[in-house]
Amino acid sequence: MNTATFDPVGLSAKDFKTDQQVKWCPGCGDHSILVQLQKVLASSGATQHDTVFVSGIGCSSRFPYYMNTYGFHGIHGRAPAIATGIKCANPKLDVWVVTGDGDALSIGGNHFLHTVRRNVGLKIILFNNRIYGLTKGQYSPTSEFGTRTKSSPYGAIDHPIHPISVAIGAEITFAARAIDTDVHHLQYVLQRMIQHKGTAFLEVYQNCQVYNPNAYAFATDRETRLDHVVYLEHGKPLIFGIRKDKGIRVRNDALEVVDLAKVSPAELVVHDEKAENSSMAFRLAQMHYPEFPEPLGVFRAIEKPTYEELMMGQLEAGGQKEGAGRLEQLFMAGDTWKVD
Amino acid sequence: MRTTPKSTKPVKELTQAAVRFAGDSGDGMQLVGGQFTSTSAVVGNDVATFPDYPAEIRAPVGTPAGVSGFQINFASRHVYTPGDRVDALVVMNPAALKVNLGELVEGGILIVNSDEFTEPNLRKALYDHNPLETGELDRFQVYKVPITQNTLEAVKDTGLSPRDAGRCKNFYALGLAYWLFDRPLEPTLRWINSKFGRVPAVARANSLALQAGYAYAEAAPELTVRFRVQPAKLRPGTYRSLTGNQAAALGLVTAAQLAGKPLFYGSYPITPASEILHDLASYKSLDVRVFQAEDEIAAMAAVVGAAFAGAIAATGTSGPGMALKQEAIGLAVMTELPCVIINVQRGGPSTGLPTKTEQADLWQAILGRNGECPVPVVAAQSPADCFWTAIEAVRIAIKYMTPVIMLSDGYLAMGSEAWRIPDLSELTPIEIRHATDPETFQPYARDQRGARPWAIPGTPGLHHRIGGLEKEHITGNVSYNPQNHQLMVTLRARKVDNVADDIPDQEVFGSPSGQLLLVSWGGTFGAVRTAVQQAREAGQDVSHAHLRWLHPMPRNLGEILRSFRQVLVCEMNLGQLQLLLRARYLVDAMGLHKVQGRPFTVAEIRDQINKLLGDKK
Repeated sequence: MNTATFDPVGLSAKDFKTDQQVKWCPGCGDHSILVQLQKVLASSGATQHDTVFVSGIGCSSRFPYYMNTYGFHGIHGRAPAIATGIKCANPKLDVWVVTGDGDALSIGGNHFLHTVRRNVGLKIILFNNRIYGLTKGQYSPTSEFGTRTKSSPYGAIDHPIHPISVAIGAEITFAARAIDTDVHHLQYVLQRMIQHKGTAFLEVYQNCQVYNPNAYAFATDRETRLDHVVYLEHGKPLIFGIRKDKGIRVRNDALEVVDLAKVSPAELVVHDEKAENSSMAFRLAQMHYPEFPEPLGVFRAIEKPTYEELMMGQLEAGGQKEGAGRLEQLFMAGDTWKVD
Repeated sequence: MRTTPKSTKPVKELTQAAVRFAGDSGDGMQLVGGQFTSTSAVVGNDVATFPDYPAEIRAPVGTPAGVSGFQINFASRHVYTPGDRVDALVVMNPAALKVNLGELVEGGILIVNSDEFTEPNLRKALYDHNPLETGELDRFQVYKVPITQNTLEAVKDTGLSPRDAGRCKNFYALGLAYWLFDRPLEPTLRWINSKFGRVPAVARANSLALQAGYAYAEAAPELTVRFRVQPAKLRPGTYRSLTGNQAAALGLVTAAQLAGKPLFYGSYPITPASEILHDLASYKSLDVRVFQAEDEIAAMAAVVGAAFAGAIAATGTSGPGMALKQEAIGLAVMTELPCVIINVQRGGPSTGLPTKTEQADLWQAILGRNGECPVPVVAAQSPADCFWTAIEAVRIAIKYMTPVIMLSDGYLAMGSEAWRIPDLSELTPIEIRHATDPETFQPYARDQRGARPWAIPGTPGLHHRIGGLEKEHITGNVSYNPQNHQLMVTLRARKVDNVADDIPDQEVFGSPSGQLLLVSWGGTFGAVRTAVQQAREAGQDVSHAHLRWLHPMPRNLGEILRSFRQVLVCEMNLGQLQLLLRARYLVDAMGLHKVQGRPFTVAEIRDQINKLLGDKK
């Protein structure tokens, strides 16, 4: 199953494919994410041996088996913790976490929050299909209120949480959203993740053809999608619509959709992904269809020291302060006495 | 600095003595207990200690719930336990008297801070009378000392507030005890100066209190005799006092250094294991990477990740945390990655008795996971032994590519003993051979012991995938094949059984066969060994086998068990090892069980020996 490739330069997308049969359902959005990531890794100069994919449990978590890199298919919800251990043991590795809405936000909610707040240098892709697929169709923590599933035949009475809101609430340094069918934009966002130094979080709206088809039809329908999503671009006003005739502004301390025929573009919110204060990013994350177009792109990208940098920095400082680390000194610490 | 004053009073020689300091949680009893210990060690005694304190940070002042105690056993020969009962008891208030009086031997020395035996304090201690006035303590040698007043008087020139001045009374009590057992003051005076050097008034006050306590005892007419315990004949070398948790932390960092690797320690704070986390967090110059995780689960999962990436990876916890870690330990078994899990056992189930000791996690260690999930299990037998056990656990983990569970307990973790500091040349390097050859590499190929190769990310050409799903033999690809699963379950079990090739044969203390064999494991070693030693000296036909490895067990154990008429398993649970021995070796092993949150006393074990051997002494 390993391919002996020593030349890290000039790898192609094919070099990141394994010989394992991809077992996702036909039409599943996971296929697209896999292919785009293989392309982006190849073009970014990543190597097979310095790249590690870590996952939890669920359909998305089969991902490492299909990536010809180091891979660790972990246990449900714990991928961020496993990946943190890997990154601390060897900060030079490029460590990716592939997770789903149940894996990251239900059973793994705690690990997700704390990985984000520590700013561990991990790239986390959350495949959000708003359903439990592998266990064959129960509602997930991102399923909409009232969703009818096998475990909620009368409609889910849980209110959903929104991954980007959660990540921003935990002070994420990089948060983005993409959709499985918009492959060029997905590639762009993946590239941006690679460039980010701390925790880079990407939510992908991913279609589950079998248990939750059309969950994102509003954002994928070729005719109407541009009226239902807004692409975030740093430094540019929030304008959307098939005819680019609508925008977002703040009025009475709330976001609202405006018609550009009536409102000047100067009044629109200008996207600032580098804003230190995360409140506008959080507001953007609260924009939901049908009241609002849903934002795609980079919500937030700020710089902060990473967990592993700080950890290694303390080791280095400790080494300088206490002199070259020597066990003998440690052994002899405190009161000692000699027996002859 | 003044030296210890000369005494004019007669000295009685003892081979061994035990002292307990007891007071309110805020009275600084742990501190003076620690000082008495290191001073006793410095004068060459062998020492064993046991702190006993409440789980609450500050239980209501003056109540029995808030009593904190510290017991030291010191001797001119080897000591294995902190002592069943104490020869001298120092109590700082009525509650401490109430809680600890049962620990004092008949005729023992009782030093009482008489200032605190006031009406309100007696009420808080649930006394309806003053025990100092009823004669009920006449069976002891009682010395009523106005410790609080005397301390205030001794430190009045230091300018401390009455409140701060009063806080020096623990050192006054320590001074009394130092006089009584002929200990020098210098080590503690030095310690006070280094500890409180930045606040000269406090340093001076504590020093004055210590000296005043000593001087009071010398001057007091009722104190007519003092005691001396000569130095023990210990193996030559440099020694220090070490608690089990300190020893475990040192053992882990030593193992990583012996392997030439960083140590990754992922942990979540839990009593009584947190000191391992604290100690390791301070070892920055030795490449110790400490990760305080969000929970027990993450701590263990991160350990598995760090092991995958090539670090010496370990975690420490106690029973409730162990329960949460089992899922990720199963992952380490499936992915066959080396790591060490230290379980500092405490009273259970559930939250149980956080600060009290127990050995009821043996089944959890050996049997506590889903599926056929074998893990080697080793238990430390004394505080300093935690050092050696941690190194051994790391060595086996790497050699067999497996998680290893190391069992300690609250008694070992908090207790301390003299540790002979090893010379680095005495320590065997830990050999690690990572896979490097892409031509021959197969993730689940095995060596003759059954261990798979350790191929770490970053190695060119060896990229591969592992995980919690069943693996195909050799290739490590996911496999649901029925025959393959049977093979892999068997291979994992066999690999762990093979660890028995690496552990020494079981030794028996005493005769290799006979009337009665006592079997113990973990922290009960000291009490059982002392009891068997005493019984043998009294002519009883009893031997002792103390198990270090609980899974797998030594190859010759069955033969040993069958060589005795009776087998008695002494453990602080309701018979966990007993059941395993009965099941595995078909011997009619009996059990001596204690689950009171406190270790066995030597007397309890001797009583049982007497019962089984018909009381022939």
